[in-house]
Amino acid sequence: MNTVFALIAAAGTYATALMFGTLGETLTEKSGNMNLGVEGIMYMGGIFGLIAANRYEAIVGEAASNGFMAIVIAILGAFAAGAVAGLLFSFITVTLRANQNVTGLAMTTFGTGVAKFAGEHMRNSLGGYVSVSNHLKDSFSMKIMPKFLQDIPLIGKVLFGQPHFFYLGILVAVLMHLFLTKTKKGLYLRAVGESPATADAAGINITKYRYIATIVGGGISAIGGMVYTMTTAGCVWIEASLAGVGWLSVALVIFCTWKPLNAIWGSVLFGSLMIMYLWIIVPFFPTELYKILPYVVTIVVLIIASMRNNKEKQPPANLGLNYFREER
Amino acid sequence: MAETSKKTPFVRLAKRELMSPAKAWGIRGAAILTALIIGSLPIMLVGVNPFAAYGVIVQGSLGKSVYLQQTVKIAVPLLGCALAIAPCFKMRFWNIGAEGQLTAGAIGASAIAFYLGKTLPGAVSIPLMFIIAAICGGIWGLIPGFFKAKYNTNETLFTLMMNYIAIGIAAWLQGGPWEGRPGTQIIDQFDPKTYLPKVFGVHAGWIIVLVLAVFMHIYMTKTKHGYEVAVIGDSENTARYAGMNVGKIMMRTMFLSGAIAGIVGFIVVSGANHTLTKGVAAGVGFTAITVSWLSQLNSYVMIFISALLAIISKGSSTLNQRMGVPASVAEIVSGILLFCMLSCEFFINYKLIFRKKSDKEA
Repeated sequence: MNTVFALIAAAGTYATALMFGTLGETLTEKSGNMNLGVEGIMYMGGIFGLIAANRYEAIVGEAASNGFMAIVIAILGAFAAGAVAGLLFSFITVTLRANQNVTGLAMTTFGTGVAKFAGEHMRNSLGGYVSVSNHLKDSFSMKIMPKFLQDIPLIGKVLFGQPHFFYLGILVAVLMHLFLTKTKKGLYLRAVGESPATADAAGINITKYRYIATIVGGGISAIGGMVYTMTTAGCVWIEASLAGVGWLSVALVIFCTWKPLNAIWGSVLFGSLMIMYLWIIVPFFPTELYKILPYVVTIVVLIIASMRNNKEKQPPANLGLNYFREER
Repeated sequence: MAETSKKTPFVRLAKRELMSPAKAWGIRGAAILTALIIGSLPIMLVGVNPFAAYGVIVQGSLGKSVYLQQTVKIAVPLLGCALAIAPCFKMRFWNIGAEGQLTAGAIGASAIAFYLGKTLPGAVSIPLMFIIAAICGGIWGLIPGFFKAKYNTNETLFTLMMNYIAIGIAAWLQGGPWEGRPGTQIIDQFDPKTYLPKVFGVHAGWIIVLVLAVFMHIYMTKTKHGYEVAVIGDSENTARYAGMNVGKIMMRTMFLSGAIAGIVGFIVVSGANHTLTKGVAAGVGFTAITVSWLSQLNSYVMIFISALLAIISKGSSTLNQRMGVPASVAEIVSGILLFCMLSCEFFINYKLIFRKKSDKEA
């Protein structure tokens, strides 16, 4: 039992990156836009968050740099990169009416390319590698909860031993849940994703809702990439290590049945599954097969949801489809 | 919320009459040109003259027969997977699992090469690898096809997950039961008897995919199967009303699609790599989707588009060696190219009508 709690506590950092990725894509998909470019967006978030923090420190000087400011700037840098990607996706799919799947995949190619290029360019122009000083590194993975709470046996580390980004992610999830279920705008957004024709007839501006949801969603996903680089990867740009995080986030959106609150425990569960092979060793069961467990679980969820035809667990009815008013 | 102003909007859209193919391809050509111009921005950012850079890309991918052979080697799996995906997309079945189907086929082919490669003569083992790869890839495609047909399970997400499972199995084989020297995490090179013969310096895979291109073109345009796929793509209800068994056609098409991707897996294992790695697909399955879509699902156009992407990819690695431009510029330029070509379809299908002065007063 102790191992399980230790595992979950350790998974928190990795889970945080997934949580942001998932929340962003959930918001995007609620509008009916399926942006398969999350992988590319998180790559861009990863590098531009790092570059933003690095530049901030270079400008104000290492001594004067403030951990809190560095975090805010890294978030803004990543968010901006993701928002631009979301804008581009919306422009091509909503305004220019291109196929969403294909555009999303092109976004993945483009985003990973831009991120790798930017990373290598920074490395070449700065010499050595791009990073931040140690005291900023510490502030990025600081555990903010009071020590006595962390010392609670078993659950202390799980609930209170996480870096601040984890709690920020939970805050975003709760706010998104409230927005989608309790506000008029949230209702409109869901209507756009479920039945754009109906929403259009009711006078809701489909284009506006899809654009905004995709831009904000892209930004939130990109923060996940930044969190990954600044915590799990230790503030250093390692291209290969981010590979697959974005795709896992797309999977997680399904696993969480398009509900922001589910993303909290869902990402912790997936994060745990991803590192479980290090903690819970099952004799004779190979680790590589262990690692595909999250994907198998997602497929099972997908199948069961479709078999039961459970209305609560379905994707937005118009997910992945563009809306053409003249083809109503 | 509601539109209250009665003014004519500044720009409005109108569907075009069918544009002549020549003009449509002219627009697409212009889109490619635009993409290359935008793509020169990152090249200029690192202080390299874009004209020189594009020159190196062309020279480094087509200039020597060795380069050309390497470019063809990149284009072969891309074209093969694009051909595999086309019938699914025609049916509006969003199969983004070519990556996994390719890997499944590669695993099947490798199983034959691993266990029987030393004992069987090449004339037996190579065709056997081909067939097993097609079956493995086909089954990998059939699974999501079955659940889509039976329960309407979302195929985009299902096929995506199947990719990671196939890659995970390959990773397990690579580091586990098939590992060569313990601890290396690498499977030994297979017996040379299992290698695809070379024709004009490149493994014979290029002949296989060109034959497949012709086969798929005929299949899609001249056969009953191809017609059924097209009808389902246009309207599933129409297909059902016409008495077609939509589920069966879906499963059949997914098996075919997976089988072709599996054959590509065989080509990569037997022709290029001579071993199995978890990265056997190397993102080809995803890139091929864009190739397929940009070609309007036309087999012959796919040859051109996959060649174009292969030229950018091979040329960029030469560019990296000669001028120090990061090789990832290939992905950026490919991405921009895809965006531009996706966007240009809009201008082929619609025309923009700007508000005239006289409308303003009305």
